[in-house]
This record gives sequence, structure tokens and C-alpha cells, in this order.
Amino acid sequence: MPMTTIAGHEVEVNEEGFLTKPEQWSEDLGAELAKLIGIDMTDEHWNLVRFLRKDYDVQHETATLRRVSTQTGKPVKDLFVLFPAKPAKKMAYVAGLPKPKGCV
Amino acid sequence: MSRRSRLAWTGAHTRTGIIDAMANVTKRLVVLGAGTAGTMVANRLLKSLPDGWSITVVDKSDTHYYQPGYLFIPFGMLPPSKVTRPTRDVLAKGLDVVAGEIDRVDADANVVYLEGGRELPYDQLVIATGTSPRPDQTPGMDGPELHKSVGEFYTYEGAVALRDALKKFTGGRLVMHITEMPFKCPVAPLEFTFLAEDWLRKNGLRDKTELVFVTPLDGAFTKPVASRALGHLLKEKGISVETDFMIESVDQEAKVIRSYDEREIAYDQLVTVPLNMGADFVARSGLGDELNYVLVDKHTNRSTQYDNIWALGDASNIPTSKAGAVAHFSVEMFEENFLDAIAARPLSRSFDGHANCFVESGHGKALLLDFNYDTEPLTGTFPLAKVGPMSLLKESRINHIGKLAFRQIYWNMLLPGRNIPIPPEMRMAGKIPAEK
Repeated sequence: MPMTTIAGHEVEVNEEGFLTKPEQWSEDLGAELAKLIGIDMTDEHWNLVRFLRKDYDVQHETATLRRVSTQTGKPVKDLFVLFPAKPAKKMAYVAGLPKPKGCV
Repeated sequence: MSRRSRLAWTGAHTRTGIIDAMANVTKRLVVLGAGTAGTMVANRLLKSLPDGWSITVVDKSDTHYYQPGYLFIPFGMLPPSKVTRPTRDVLAKGLDVVAGEIDRVDADANVVYLEGGRELPYDQLVIATGTSPRPDQTPGMDGPELHKSVGEFYTYEGAVALRDALKKFTGGRLVMHITEMPFKCPVAPLEFTFLAEDWLRKNGLRDKTELVFVTPLDGAFTKPVASRALGHLLKEKGISVETDFMIESVDQEAKVIRSYDEREIAYDQLVTVPLNMGADFVARSGLGDELNYVLVDKHTNRSTQYDNIWALGDASNIPTSKAGAVAHFSVEMFEENFLDAIAARPLSRSFDGHANCFVESGHGKALLLDFNYDTEPLTGTFPLAKVGPMSLLKESRINHIGKLAFRQIYWNMLLPGRNIPIPPEMRMAGKIPAEK
């Protein structure tokens, strides 16, 4: 897997740029990743990203959009506003998690 | 009331109670659902369980459906009568069959409650109630045009209604749409699209029809290598693909589907895969995830909450395809583990998520995919190295014939619980890892 440096953090990423080692993530790095995809992080964004991290610790899998919505009470429509066009992928990207599977 | 006295109390005056008393039954296995997984597991365990066990199967329907056949009904390739048999004919004699709707499972008390109040106490419980299309979960999908200009082929009624709708189709935009992952038989929408292309051509409508494939995924299929092969086929056949489409609503009057990111796709005939969900009683019983799939260990199908509850087939949350092949492979493995569990031995088998499926590609050809939790679909031959006779990830006539022959294998070998010569674990012999 290729290594890259993001704002001084040496991290391993896959061909789509997703972190392959979730443990290399920090909130600092998350803010940098968000900038790379043009997202200005607000508290609302952070609540979702923190939920994703916590959920991953327990489930060992990235939450799907539906799971994020049912567990946090945020309507799917709002997720599309906060992380435009591809919220599931963008949230996972910022949270340093694999892109959600839900897809087999 | 203790569990033992509850057993005596609920069982003593019923027919089952009398049969149990005569046969010295002390342990009860209850199987919820008599679909593909439930029927296979009940028929197999009837032969392999030690003396002293009874098996009760609960299902609401008196008809068993051969669901892979639904795909062919809309195109008149299979008469609807070929996909049904009475449930009593596919369940072995010796099983106690109960017709009823499940209200909930009280997992702490080891009792299943049916609607109407009947109680079924159990020592071990298998949940095999599958997954169902839920058009009611997407605004507008469930309107008056459902089973007309908004078609689906995941129910018997839907497949027959879609056949009738296609008979009236004179050209325009035919849109195949997938609501959300996961859903039953993930290649079926692609197959439908390929078969539709073929059908339109034969009926002189291809020139007048725009075929569109709409998916919430970022490609034609979930697995990258297969996605590429299948995406190529779509392109070759002039089918346009709309990716990353998360549906928000169906507007049946304007005949458009809308996504959360405000894209609109117009249709003359929509064929949708509604949101798939596990049974509602799973949620009421506190055993499921947000889509009502039973939370289980992905290698053993055992509940992560209760040691005496298992979920097989589409009803579980294991991260592999919801498909009959997976049900079949996991049931074979489960049987041995279950016999271990009731004998208080460690479980001897571990499921690898093995799935395989024929993918109809139209013009009398099909592809074959074979994959598991960790391995992408591979090219090569199946089931025997070099000999085949079937080829993987490539279109061929023999794959299509294999797919058609499968209906007989299903009724005559799989459901009765006979072994077929394909091992439950994925084998690498004869397979060539595709380039990523």
C-alpha cells in the first residue's frame, strides 16, 4: 500500500486515498482530510465523524448511511447537505475508515 | 414459572405434546421460516439429530417458491406454475409444521410467540425468515402504480405483474433501479437488464428503448473485478449506467425517481429493487440490526447475544451475498456445528462466506461468479480444475444451461437435504486470481 504524508502525518492509504490503518487517524488528520475534499468541519460534521469512529471500534465495520442516520437521528437528507453528493464515502474518508461495505 | 414447568404446561394438551410424550422427546428445535434455508436445515437435521429431539417448523405460507425462477417470469421464459410447490411437499414427514405469523421471540425465556397467542418453547432456535422487499420504505414507491409502471420481480405477484406490464410496453425509457444494499441476489438486477435487452431486441423494441441501470454503488457490482467485467458488458450492450444514486422518492405521476442529491431520472417503465429488510419480529425481539437482520458471528451463524439462537440464509447479517448458494453452503457447515453445540463440543467448522452465482447475460449465455469474504470472483473453471465444465467470469452457453438445470437440483437435491458435489468452502484449484 502506498504511503503518503498529510499535514506532517505519515499514513498508509489505498488507491482511492482511504486510510488503510484506522489507528493512524487523529482528529487533526481528520480536519486535514476534510480540507482535501473541500469540507469545512463544523460541530455537526464532527458529531458524525466521532460517531463513525466509535461505531467502528465496536462493529469493526464502517457504518452505512442508514446506520448513521438511525443511530444518530440525523435525516439522510441532512447527511447529503453536510457531506455533499457522496456522504457515506466522504464521512468514512474523513474518519480514516474503510469505505462502507454494505455492498456484497 | 420455571422453564421446565412452562414446557409441561404448554405442551401437555397439544398434539405435539402427545407425540413428544410417546417419542420421549426432551429437546426441541424450532425453525422459523420454511424458505430455502429453513427447509434445507429442517430436512437435514431430521436425519442427523440424535434421539430425543423434535423439530418444529413455522411458516406463514403454504406455498414454497423457487425464487431464482422469478427472474425469468417477466420475459415469459418460465411459466409461473414452475416456481411453486406446496410447502408440505418439500418438508420431510416427521417434521412438526406450524402455520402462523411470528409475533416475537422472548430469547431470555426461550419461547416463540405466534400471533394469536400460541407459544412455542424451544431449546435451540434457528431463524430463517429471510429478507423481503419493502416498497413502503421509500416515499411514493408504494403508490397505485406499484406492480404497473413501477414493477419489481422479487415477489411472485410482482414477477407475474411485470410480465403483464412488459406485454404492453411499446418503447421509451426502461429503468432498472436498486434502492439500497444489501438485497437478495445482488446480480439479479444486472441479469434482468441483460435479459431485457435481449427481449427488447427479439420484440423489435430495442431501437425505441433507452435502457438505464441505476445503482447506489459506484459501479455495476460490489466486487471490483466482477464490477469491471459486468460494467463492460453493460457498455457493450448500449445500456447507460447511473451510479451513486441514493433514492429519496418515486413520483408516480411525473414518472421520475429522485435522489437525495437532487438528480431526477425519468422512466416509462420502472423496475425497482425495493429496500430489503429482515422480518419485523426480529426487531421486536431485540435480535437485529437497523435492517432487522439477526446479529450473528459471520463464521458460525450463531447469535452474538444468545448461544442457542442461530440465523441462516438471508435472515442473518453476515457480510456476504444474500443468495440461495450462501444459504446452502452455510447450512451444510451449520449442521456439523449444531451437532457439536448440542453435544457440548467446540464447533468444528468455520464459514468463509462462500457464494457462487450464475449471471444470465442474455442470448442464451451466462457467466459464473465464485467468491467469499476475502477472495474476489476469479476466472478459471468450476467445479473441477481445468475440466470445468463451467467457466468463471466469462460468458458461455454451458453456464446458461447450468443455471436452467439448477431448478431441478433445487427441488430434488438441495431442499430434501441431499449433498451435492460442491464443497461449502471455496477452493482455489482451477481458479486464476484476476488482476485487480
